[in-house]
Amino acid sequence: MEHLDYDTLNTLKQLMEDDFALLIDTFVQDSTDRISTLRQVIQGTDADLIRRAAHSFKGSSSNIGALQLSALCSALEKKALEKRLEALDVDLDSIEKEFAQVQVLLRSLS
Amino acid sequence: MNDVRRLKILVADDTDTDRLILESIVRKEGHQVVSACNGLEAIQVYSAEKPDIVLLDALMPELDGFGAARKIKELAGDELVPIIFLTSLSDTESLVQCLDAGGDDFLSKPYNRIILQAKIKSFNRMREMHSTMLTQRNQIVQYNNRLLQEQTVAKHVFDNVAHSGCLNASNVRYFLSSLAVFNGDVLVAAMRPNGSMMVLLGDFTGHGLPAAIGAMPLASTFYGMVPKGFSMTDILREINGKLKNILPVGIFCCATMMDINFRKKRLKIWNGGLPDCFIYHHQEGNITPVKSTHLPLGVLSNRAFKDNCEYFELQKEDRIFVWSDGIHEARNADGDMFGEGRLKEVFSRNSNPELLFADIIEAVQQFVGSGEKDDDLSLLEIRMDEPARVNSFAKEASDKFGNSEIEWAMRFEVKPTSFKVFDPLPMLLNVLMEVPSLRAFSSTLYTILAELYTNALEHGVLKLDSELKKTPDGFSDYYELREQRINQVTEGFVRINISHKTNENGGLLKVRIEDSGEGFDHQQRSTDNLSSFGYSGRGIALVEKLCGTVTYLGCGNIVEVAFSWASDD
Repeated sequence: MEHLDYDTLNTLKQLMEDDFALLIDTFVQDSTDRISTLRQVIQGTDADLIRRAAHSFKGSSSNIGALQLSALCSALEKKALEKRLEALDVDLDSIEKEFAQVQVLLRSLS
Repeated sequence: MNDVRRLKILVADDTDTDRLILESIVRKEGHQVVSACNGLEAIQVYSAEKPDIVLLDALMPELDGFGAARKIKELAGDELVPIIFLTSLSDTESLVQCLDAGGDDFLSKPYNRIILQAKIKSFNRMREMHSTMLTQRNQIVQYNNRLLQEQTVAKHVFDNVAHSGCLNASNVRYFLSSLAVFNGDVLVAAMRPNGSMMVLLGDFTGHGLPAAIGAMPLASTFYGMVPKGFSMTDILREINGKLKNILPVGIFCCATMMDINFRKKRLKIWNGGLPDCFIYHHQEGNITPVKSTHLPLGVLSNRAFKDNCEYFELQKEDRIFVWSDGIHEARNADGDMFGEGRLKEVFSRNSNPELLFADIIEAVQQFVGSGEKDDDLSLLEIRMDEPARVNSFAKEASDKFGNSEIEWAMRFEVKPTSFKVFDPLPMLLNVLMEVPSLRAFSSTLYTILAELYTNALEHGVLKLDSELKKTPDGFSDYYELREQRINQVTEGFVRINISHKTNENGGLLKVRIEDSGEGFDHQQRSTDNLSSFGYSGRGIALVEKLCGTVTYLGCGNIVEVAFSWASDD
């Protein structure tokens, strides 16, 4: 799977026009916040909270065309849904790594 | 291709990225955007901005999408505000939850511009339809209220106008359900000066106010004319004329009218459009139906109106039953009509005529069953009885009948200056027409007066010789001479004496005309000129045929005729 869906990104570029850069910045800031939120909630045992946080991040990354990132979030969401709360920090590490990658690629576009 | 007008759309999403994208899409579609970051804010923005469509993220902090959706739907009230949930939830349970909360649709992430465009278009169409429906609904409510108001007015008018008159007589029973009244049924009854009772049961087309409108002229004409002694046919004709003039085409009154003479035990009846009335003969226990033989009132012009009635000799205890079509057309739960068959059955089953009235009502009510809120029933029963037992008015009138001679006389003189310019005949006829019983003879009376007056004026005062009229040339000579002499006349008179006296069977009208001329030798007059071939001379013979007698007095300058008439009451 690709890191980024360039069709989606091109559509977004056309859509946002001069605001494309703003969109990328928003996504980056947004995602950074989400990752730190996730860091916190996986320490706890509230599965629903974890599920929701993962779900949201999944949504925004899919909107931006970050396919792999979205898929990783989806997996985390599923685990939380099934109340399998073990080794969540490993999953989050993968997410963080993927995000770093996506960030670089996005920056190069805008 | 974007043919949706510019809408105001609320975008509520807590993820900045997603919200930004969505806002851009909506703006690019040409719509105005208002935004919110959580459920509470969404509600606030909705209240403030009243957007046309709402895009709502399902999962949000503060108040999530479901809660916000419920509140927004509440705030919208009657109006349709489409709510599209933004979600990447794909399990059925969550989607159902969205719909339960008031959501109308979903838009999944990643957002697809084309799909969103299509949804906006479709929902806008729905919104506009809904808005039209609301406007029409409000209009209907308004019209409905107006209708209810009109019905209240109609009922009020009806109650005041179509009052029951003399229906509290001891031999009368009537039943008029309020639904029947609403459906245009009207019952009026009054006593005539001679002690007879006049009754009219009518059924106007239409309901509510249109039906009530016809009742007003009908009732006021009826109650105005009956106490003055006008005959049933006069009153029918008057009512018919008024209704024809006032009511629009298609609105008319089916009616049965009766003149019941208790003294002579006679019934005179006119049925135009109502179901057969029944005359129940007490002695034999059988029924004579009285069919409708006329068109309803208000349909024909007075010229075409037929006032011929049916006459029945009745005996004491015979009963007359009159009804509108409510009985025959009463329907049961299966949709069957009561019909004349069942009605006749009620009569044949009955063993006590006194209970017939109640039997009929019970039979209909039982047939219809308890489903109906009210029945459309109009029923009238009149029992033939002695005048003294009907009511005090009938008794008085009957007692007075032996001495009931009414007499009057009038004199009128036409003087020389009037001969040329004034024709007294229309005025005299008018006076006579004020006597109700003489109305039926208006053309006869006019013929008589005209002939006598013309003779008096032309042969008496102007001294024209009728011999002149024996040849065609003579005719024109005659009228030339008439013209000449009438312009020159300076002396003379025509005196007209009219007297009228009523008696038990009718009355006698005497007309006496005296002119200032020299008269003629009336002894020599030939008595049968009706069949003669001359151009003139038939006049007097005609008058003789119309009147009982024609007498000449004095030197032939006074003529007296007696016209006797019989009442058909």
